[in-house]
Amino acid sequence: MVNIEIDGIPLKVDSSKMIIQAADEAGIDIPRFCYHKKLSIAANCRMCLVEVDKSRKALPACATPVTEGMKVFTHSKVAINAQRSVMEFLLINHPLDCPICDQGGECELQDLSMGYGEGVSRFTEGKRVVKDKDIGPLIRTDMTRCIHCTRCVRFGVEIAGVKELGATGRGEHMEIGTYVEHSLVSELSGNIIDLCPVGALTSKPFRYKARAWEMKAHPSIAPHDAIGSNIELHVRQNDVMRVVPRDNESINEAWLSDRDRFSYQALAHPKRLTDPMIKVDDDWQVVDWQTALETAIKGLQTIINKHGAEEVGGLISPTTTLEEAFLFQKWLRGLGVENIDHRLRQQDFSDHPQQYPLDNWTLGDVQESDAIVLIGSHIRAEQPILAHRIRQAAMMGAAVSNINFFLTDLLMPIEYEMAVDINTMLTTLAGIAKVLSTLMNDSDNDDEWQALYPERTPTAFEQNVAMQLSNAASATLIVGDLANHHPDAAKIRALVHKIAELSGSRCIVVPSANSHAHVIANTLPGKEAKNSLQMWQQSLRAYVLMGFDALHDTAVPVIAKQALKRASFVVALHSFDSEFLRQTADVILPMACFTETSGTFVGIDKQWQQFAGAVAPRGDSRPAWKILRVLGNVSHVEGFDYISSQDVVDEVRQIQAERHDKPIPPYIPDSLTVESDLMMISEVPMYRTDALLRHSEALQKTPETQRIQFARINRKEAEKHGLNHQTPLTLTQQDSVVRLPLEIDDSIADGCVYVATTTDAASRLVSLFGQVSVSQSEAAT
Amino acid sequence: MKLDQVCFRTNHLSPSWTLDAYRQVGGYQVLENILNNKLKPESIIEQIKNSALRGRGGAGFPTGLKWSFMPRRLPGDKYIVCNSDEGEPGTCKDRDILRFNPHQVIEGMIIAGYTIGAQTGYNYIRGEFFEPIERFEAALEEAREAGYLGKDLLGSGFNFQLHTHVGAGAYICGEETALLESLEGKKGQPRYKPPFPAGYGLYGRPTTINNTESLASIPVILQHGADWFHELGTPNNGGSKIFCMTGHVNKPGNYEVPLGTPFAELLELAGGVRNGHQLKAVIPGGSSTPVVPAEIMMGLDMSYDGIAKARSMLGAGSVIVMDDSTCMVKALQRIAYFYYEESCGQCTPCREGTGWLYRVVKRIEDGQGKQEDLDRLVDVAENINGNTICALGDAAAAPVVSFIKHFRDEFQYHIDHGRCMDNTA
Repeated sequence: MVNIEIDGIPLKVDSSKMIIQAADEAGIDIPRFCYHKKLSIAANCRMCLVEVDKSRKALPACATPVTEGMKVFTHSKVAINAQRSVMEFLLINHPLDCPICDQGGECELQDLSMGYGEGVSRFTEGKRVVKDKDIGPLIRTDMTRCIHCTRCVRFGVEIAGVKELGATGRGEHMEIGTYVEHSLVSELSGNIIDLCPVGALTSKPFRYKARAWEMKAHPSIAPHDAIGSNIELHVRQNDVMRVVPRDNESINEAWLSDRDRFSYQALAHPKRLTDPMIKVDDDWQVVDWQTALETAIKGLQTIINKHGAEEVGGLISPTTTLEEAFLFQKWLRGLGVENIDHRLRQQDFSDHPQQYPLDNWTLGDVQESDAIVLIGSHIRAEQPILAHRIRQAAMMGAAVSNINFFLTDLLMPIEYEMAVDINTMLTTLAGIAKVLSTLMNDSDNDDEWQALYPERTPTAFEQNVAMQLSNAASATLIVGDLANHHPDAAKIRALVHKIAELSGSRCIVVPSANSHAHVIANTLPGKEAKNSLQMWQQSLRAYVLMGFDALHDTAVPVIAKQALKRASFVVALHSFDSEFLRQTADVILPMACFTETSGTFVGIDKQWQQFAGAVAPRGDSRPAWKILRVLGNVSHVEGFDYISSQDVVDEVRQIQAERHDKPIPPYIPDSLTVESDLMMISEVPMYRTDALLRHSEALQKTPETQRIQFARINRKEAEKHGLNHQTPLTLTQQDSVVRLPLEIDDSIADGCVYVATTTDAASRLVSLFGQVSVSQSEAAT
Repeated sequence: MKLDQVCFRTNHLSPSWTLDAYRQVGGYQVLENILNNKLKPESIIEQIKNSALRGRGGAGFPTGLKWSFMPRRLPGDKYIVCNSDEGEPGTCKDRDILRFNPHQVIEGMIIAGYTIGAQTGYNYIRGEFFEPIERFEAALEEAREAGYLGKDLLGSGFNFQLHTHVGAGAYICGEETALLESLEGKKGQPRYKPPFPAGYGLYGRPTTINNTESLASIPVILQHGADWFHELGTPNNGGSKIFCMTGHVNKPGNYEVPLGTPFAELLELAGGVRNGHQLKAVIPGGSSTPVVPAEIMMGLDMSYDGIAKARSMLGAGSVIVMDDSTCMVKALQRIAYFYYEESCGQCTPCREGTGWLYRVVKRIEDGQGKQEDLDRLVDVAENINGNTICALGDAAAAPVVSFIKHFRDEFQYHIDHGRCMDNTA
């Protein structure tokens, strides 16, 4: 700690701090453009020049470390002169047309020019004009406005891990750009909109839609992944005009994924369901809520009375809130229904989500790990903010290893990586466990596990990863969606938990969106009841579906489609209309989106985050917790007298406190051998994980989304099956035959075909993760 | 007057740039002595300090002091970098050192590497120096063959390798930290200091960067002794210095003379001012140093402290002589254009200000000047001065301020009449 004085105010500050940090902490305002607390120091804008005693020149506060006895003057004549002259220089080539600039009203340059600029410019020469660059569907450029602070460049290098933006040219001719014009491909790219202090980089979807002063900011939580990024909804009248991050150091820091930033576009999509509807003689009729709810209850009760509650299945999207999840299962259980599940994309139910202890850790702990192993995870697409934390760990020297069905550029140094099929993945994980078990002298008391370990000597990969885990002071294992959606997911999870136990690592099974809340709320099948896969495969007479599309959000699209078509009664709570929904449902209850309701999300780190509604539900749609409350009332189920969603949360907390579940014994697989010839590996594309995202226009135009139409296979498999990239690939699964354009991609493991889910083609497949045969013929359709 | 005592000491030989020639003047003996007797780095630094050798690149920082900043015993890589990115208008001395006496630079760099604990050296040579690059490369080959570069030099256990790096035509890469960025393969832009290169230099490792002429002076200092070198010049301004005599002189060229030599003698050495003309002004140290009017200049001695008396700088010793035919507005326009063109664009005052200065000066030269332009030019220049990351901003500001200060009447005439005072220009 050192003693300094800023503007006569004595301060005690950490000696590692710069003047600007000390001033910020003390609430002393120093103007700045290039400085950003989360980025490296550039000291290039010179706006933060201050006077420091014993220095003959004004010094940049952002780059001058504090020293004992230092006296800083931020408003002295020297400081003000320096600041005003920098402002003049910044403005000479900057267009002074704030009224037609999209940043107008929330521009750092505009704001500071009010304090440090002159009313009239002394510059009478011609101004610089810079050609705009097209960097994709999310970000609009207006490069004449650029003040070359390089925040966007540093963000790319230091945070996003993509060196896509840089400076070319010298002096006045210096330009920020991508050199060769192309879209920015980063799941975090939108952050440069916030970082840009001027109107050079603005949001393309938001462009010219609203002014900062017309909008009211409402705090909320982003619903698309398990991070629960803190956001601010900017609302004008009753419309969410845009979404920006809200600082939360323990979760998303100052950042936001593009997915969370741009999904708001779907809120005003014409396909939003706005009225309750019932099907009368194959015809849809808009009805009042009373009629719709009564029709729903009547239909369900008829089936229950006639065939029993076991003929009803309740399926709910894990993107829904804790309150919605709790009321969903409480209502159905009140009707006697125990077929309840939220694990829509899961295929292996051999283990139970409650059997794994949820130890305490934060995202910050992950960032401080020395060793991280990713198992079956395309982490950048699944959890962009977690990927960023892992990247920061890697940059600080953590050893990151990756074992997956396909490898992609994770934009960080990777220690060891392997593209594997399921058998190799299982034996490799078992091999790692074996090395650890030998290291830990655990081999004597663990017969069931020992029997599973491979007899061969461990591979170099297994030994290296095991050594890194056992040597690390803090290690993290991450099981991603690709592992969790696999038909042998439980085997993977069991092995990874064993590795975690042996090496003392933390194990993170990445939840889908809010599924931690769903486990708490118990949207899980009751005893002897059916899980989501069984509900589809065993074809029930009635279904209650909430918040998802059966064709896109389930593991078995064709089977789900057949089950729904065969069912005699289907109630759907959803926010988006679709042809398929109209074909299969009997009652449609329009539910509000996350911005229109209050609720709770439980993040990957088990933090409960509550949020309030910011706008009224669209049309006559209603918050789902209210719909479920009335469904409970109309069905005369006890205990549905909630006044607010908070009452629901209170009840969940109380139940949780009183609950004393017997620990579930660990699941130990019988064998690790899996029948696998050619396996379809299916990934949920980053911008199509839920219905809201699938209706967000800009995100669907990104290069990432454009690529999802391709099936991908590596060269070796292509040769083995006689495939070439010029002819579409025919995928055959039982009766389903689907054709997709083919891309030869050596990042895919042997024995695997990569297919993206949520496409038209994918919705015609029997099982998204499963055996498949491939062929190519011009004639096939 | 003692000419060609230090960097040009092989000039009387033909060819002067071979290993043989260099050995004839005692080349590499100092290095051999150091390696064979394992001289203490501290004692070498002490001698350099005592010699009063000041950095020949322009700033005049004492070389011995700079070397003493290096954390010699820190384990890991350390670097010695020679700055041959000679780009200051008016300067052409390093070019000739590399052309005519490259081995002395090599020996200087090896000694520097030994002294500061660096095993790798880079000579960053200006990209347009085709012949000097070839000569230096050839000399490197000779030195490698002779065992002066490589592993375990002369059985001393000291390893040293030296590489040439060719610049790509940016003046700013002569600024030492921009040079390091460029050497790392990045866009040449100066770094903010602190940290200084001695702590965080090339690839983040301790690095010393010296000018070609400074490094070439090292073997001679150690051969003849610090006192000999110091006494060659004047107190606090040790040694001799190459002056690049350009402009309106009869015999333009490089002249290596003792520091402290009166300007009048130097001018005479260069054949005097162009016949039939009178001396009007001199830029004593390269285009970035303030211009000095003839009557003041004729009374100055050519040393760091001598030129400072006229509030200008010795700089790199690049003497630009201007006779009475020179239009000072046009001269300033050319200088202002240079800095406008060469600003790296990183920090605001220089990026925006150099273009502003150039455009206003050009307007005055073009006969479009306005009365308020003169005060505005000085004001803008002063707003750049001292507010930038590196010295390029100051370099762009100094000529503007000094030209207007000393020749305001010429600028005023341009504004009033839209042309030069004297139509001959």
